[in-house]
Amino acid sequence: MTPETAYTRPRDLAEALAVRAAQPSWMVLAGGTDLMVSAIHKRVPAGILDLWRLPGVGAITEGAGGGLVIGAGATWLEIGRDARVAKAWSPLALAAREIGALQIQARGTLGGNIGTSSPVGDSLPALLALDAEIEVASVRGRRRVPYAAWCTGYRTTALAADELIVAAHLPPLAAGTHLAWRKVGTRRAQSISKVMGAAAMRVECGVVTDARIALGAVADRPIRIAAVEQAVRGLARAAAAEAARAAMRGAIRPIDDVRSSASYRDLVAENLVARFFSGMI
Amino acid sequence: MEPRAVGAPATVGTSLPRVDGVAKVTGRARYLDDLDAPGVWYGATVRSKIPHGVLDGFDLDPGYDWAGTGTVFVTAADIPGKNMILLIEEDQVALVPVGGRVMHVDEALALVAAPTKALAIAACAAVTPRITVKPAIFTMDAALAAEVKLYGDDNVYKQFLIRKGHARDAEFEAIVAGAAHVIEGEYVTGAQEQMYIEPQAMMAEWREGRCYIVGSMQCPYYVHKAMKALLGCGPTDVVIAQSVTGGGFGGKEEYPSMLAGHVALLAHKAQRAVKIVYERDEDIAATTKRHPARTRHRLAVDAAGEIVAIDVDCVMDGGAYLTLSPVVLSRGVLHAAGPYRCAVTRVRGRCVATNHPPHGAFRGFGAPQTTFPYERQIEKLAVLRGEDPLALRTRLALRKGDSTATSQILGASVGSDEVLTAIRDCAGTPPVRAGVAANGSPLRRGRGVCFYFHGAGFTGSGEARLAGRAQVAVVAGGRFEVRASSTDIGQGAITMFTQIASDALNVDPARVVVVDPNTRDVPDSGPTVASRTCMVVGGVVDRCCRRVRGRLEAWGREHGVTGDLAALANAYVESGAPELADMVQYEPPPGIAWDDATYTGAAYPVFGWGACLVDVEVDLDTYEVKLLRCVQAIDVGKAINPIIVKGQIEGGTLQALGWALLENIVYREGRVANASMTNCIVPTFADAPELETIMVEVPYPFGPSGAKGVGEIPMDGPAAAVANAVSDALGCAFDEIPILPEVVAASRDRWRLA
Ligand SMILES: Cc1cc2nc3c(=O)[nH]c(=O)nc-3n(C[C@H](O)[C@H](O)[C@H](O)COP(=O)(O)OP(=O)(O)OC[C@H]3O[C@@H](n4cnc5c(N)ncnc54)[C@H](O)[C@@H]3O)c2cc1C
Repeated sequence: MTPETAYTRPRDLAEALAVRAAQPSWMVLAGGTDLMVSAIHKRVPAGILDLWRLPGVGAITEGAGGGLVIGAGATWLEIGRDARVAKAWSPLALAAREIGALQIQARGTLGGNIGTSSPVGDSLPALLALDAEIEVASVRGRRRVPYAAWCTGYRTTALAADELIVAAHLPPLAAGTHLAWRKVGTRRAQSISKVMGAAAMRVECGVVTDARIALGAVADRPIRIAAVEQAVRGLARAAAAEAARAAMRGAIRPIDDVRSSASYRDLVAENLVARFFSGMI
Repeated sequence: MEPRAVGAPATVGTSLPRVDGVAKVTGRARYLDDLDAPGVWYGATVRSKIPHGVLDGFDLDPGYDWAGTGTVFVTAADIPGKNMILLIEEDQVALVPVGGRVMHVDEALALVAAPTKALAIAACAAVTPRITVKPAIFTMDAALAAEVKLYGDDNVYKQFLIRKGHARDAEFEAIVAGAAHVIEGEYVTGAQEQMYIEPQAMMAEWREGRCYIVGSMQCPYYVHKAMKALLGCGPTDVVIAQSVTGGGFGGKEEYPSMLAGHVALLAHKAQRAVKIVYERDEDIAATTKRHPARTRHRLAVDAAGEIVAIDVDCVMDGGAYLTLSPVVLSRGVLHAAGPYRCAVTRVRGRCVATNHPPHGAFRGFGAPQTTFPYERQIEKLAVLRGEDPLALRTRLALRKGDSTATSQILGASVGSDEVLTAIRDCAGTPPVRAGVAANGSPLRRGRGVCFYFHGAGFTGSGEARLAGRAQVAVVAGGRFEVRASSTDIGQGAITMFTQIASDALNVDPARVVVVDPNTRDVPDSGPTVASRTCMVVGGVVDRCCRRVRGRLEAWGREHGVTGDLAALANAYVESGAPELADMVQYEPPPGIAWDDATYTGAAYPVFGWGACLVDVEVDLDTYEVKLLRCVQAIDVGKAINPIIVKGQIEGGTLQALGWALLENIVYREGRVANASMTNCIVPTFADAPELETIMVEVPYPFGPSGAKGVGEIPMDGPAAAVANAVSDALGCAFDEIPILPEVVAASRDRWRLA
């Protein structure tokens, strides 16, 4: 920050939205754990709108019809320790506990992960599998966007220049839904994912009736694997695992980079997706 | 040890709290970045993006306000002395001169200094070097093919051939041909980044024609030697001082001379203090790493399983300049035959030039690279014979009276049986072979062991040649100053010296002051390398203290002064007599004979001994290797401070485990493509099992209280134990490290799962 950079820490959401509308070019700062990393490569912003601990957007509350609303400002530590998240929306709790390490979890927020929407954002496949909706607000009003429509490309989102993310809405899950989450990173903490994925699978009378399978780090954005979701429908667990494995072939086109290889990502993604079905508890 | 006076219990052998500990954990310790000089400017380095070429000149962007900011621009033309970072050979320049050869990506070409860091970075970006590109080489094979010549006619910086029990190759081959079995293998180990927590950092200032340099370093006198040549000045015209140093691991052995030269040149031209603290990316990209190595190994055994011949051929990638490569290679070949009985050995080593940034010193210094191959080979012998791996090693291990590959007869302090027994006694049953993780992943588990040794101190006649010195002086307040150039780089040297001195003087540790090393006030004790600080310099300090004590006691008797040594010291200083100080020089133990021409004789005054056990679990869905258990038993002679020694062992072990499983320098066309903490992976606590450490003490008669080296040895063995364990788990050989999950995935066709 140079002396010329303006800085505002609003008292409430209304004030934040007013500043946002007036200064759309200002940097929106939550925990800063993404922004600090890229700061050295970027131009100094004209101003900073600091949302850290902004009242009213950090709480985890029960939503309508048994769902859960997680405020954008909730940190990974808060999400990872919330009993409701752990019980009914476990992929998000498990992702929260594997993000960075304690310092990052105490500072990084859900809103920041959604705001960046990097292909390796660990919460994002969980949001996809849990069918989450992102709620945004502006002086014009509020709207909700399903995560599937939120991330529009490599680190681009549907956020408008005057909007702020306020929450993620997690709908209740149907009875008989099994949940799973796996992260495969470069090491066991402070690691960027090589492959990660989340799954929500509904099993009725031993047969998979519905499945949402989402993967990260295998495309330019977090994605759902429609081929697998279709292939497993109507199959018993073991058969579903085999069908999922077959459907994974050619379903993704991951890349080689300094962290891993395309072939490794492909293979592990296939193993994990098959294991979501065969390892289901 | 002599009896002690009441009130001053022996501290050697106890875990005295770290003398520097409180300052470090409370943030009071001042690292170079915390130090300020009035009006200090910041330097930055213009680096090459080309791995090999000729520097034609520089374009300076007039869009940057050169004059208005006062920014100084320094090139090779500004060097007052020889454009050379003097170490072993005069081949590495401080800055590539116009018309000179660019040898690697990120080589320093020019320097800038400006009033702020941001300006220095902007100025650096405003300089564009013009380089004519030449073909570059990045592999050891390309170096040996020598179509592109980087060094001499053959690109070989140094080679060694050590023969034992035979005179010619034909004779050697005949013995191999007569063996019952010959196990052959090729082994590859990767580059490794030291990842010291404090990046390279240095500050210089000229006052009255004299250059003062302070910074993060292991070896003040190495920097001093290099600066005399570069600045073309006498020994008293340049003073080198070490600031509190946040880790080195060998990475601050040679490179600080380069950075010191840069800040000295900038400060000279800017006529003010200039400092440079590397960013992490720059540090990873530009500074030295562990030499990658490829070793071919043949192990010939008779029907009874006795080793009849060992044949080693090791090639290391030295990178673009010679730096310390000959010495690294030397230690590598001297350990390459392993701690096993064998009458006939042939060890060949070559270190070659490539266009990678120079590889250099890193904990273990070549020995980890050659330990990995022989311990994989011994493991294959155990598999071939169906013999228990620990029993096999115990059967073949060198013991007192045996001779090494350099025909050194081992004398005192051979802890081979002790470390092997320690591992055997705590081994317990191996992990259950197959399992299933909570998330459903199938698992396979395995166990690996290894046995190894590490020479302490400089190679051969090195210590005699170095003649390390230390001084102890009586100073005001009843205190004693220890003056040595050995640096504390986090390993505990200050505390270790304090304990040795306080015991030798028979005073409370609080009365011992270990001075911060600088080349004006401390003698040259030799570099802080080679696991020598405690064993060699600690021994010198011990003798020095005893002499000071004797002189002080004699003075007391003469002048009728009574009391303990602190009281005598006080009385002495108050008497106004001239400073009572003693300087002692290292004397090699008797009977150390080494022949540099044939590389035979006593390679090291003594060896440390180690054995390691590792249990692993491989996830067959993700191909990740999880460490379940790691036990190290290491013979350190005597643990002067057990907690510090344990810390050395645990830290070295974790570095070795990381090297085995995670650490991977991704070179692309000579550039480090993963030059960031995010992508240059080193292990975290979460990646390590609870490390079990067994300290074995087989005293070395010529070390202080029996101590010998501990700094490097823990790095040598664990990588082989890990590879042995993964090979055991999956039923196929892993002969290359790091064993990344990608490597395990690619080995699927070779698995023989039990
Ligand atoms: C050492 C380290 C380790 C990490 N490990 C992981 C990991 O394991 N997994 C992982 O997924 N990530 C990881 N990260 C990245 C980062 O911590 C997460 O993405 C985190 O969730 C970002 O949250 P934040 O609050 O810090 O975001 P910030 O950095 O404050 O913001 C990130 C982006 O979101 C925007 N933004 C934030 N809040 C809002 C809002 N309410 N409305 C609109 N836009 C908003 C910001 O403008 C910015 O563009 C790591 C980062 C570091 C430094």
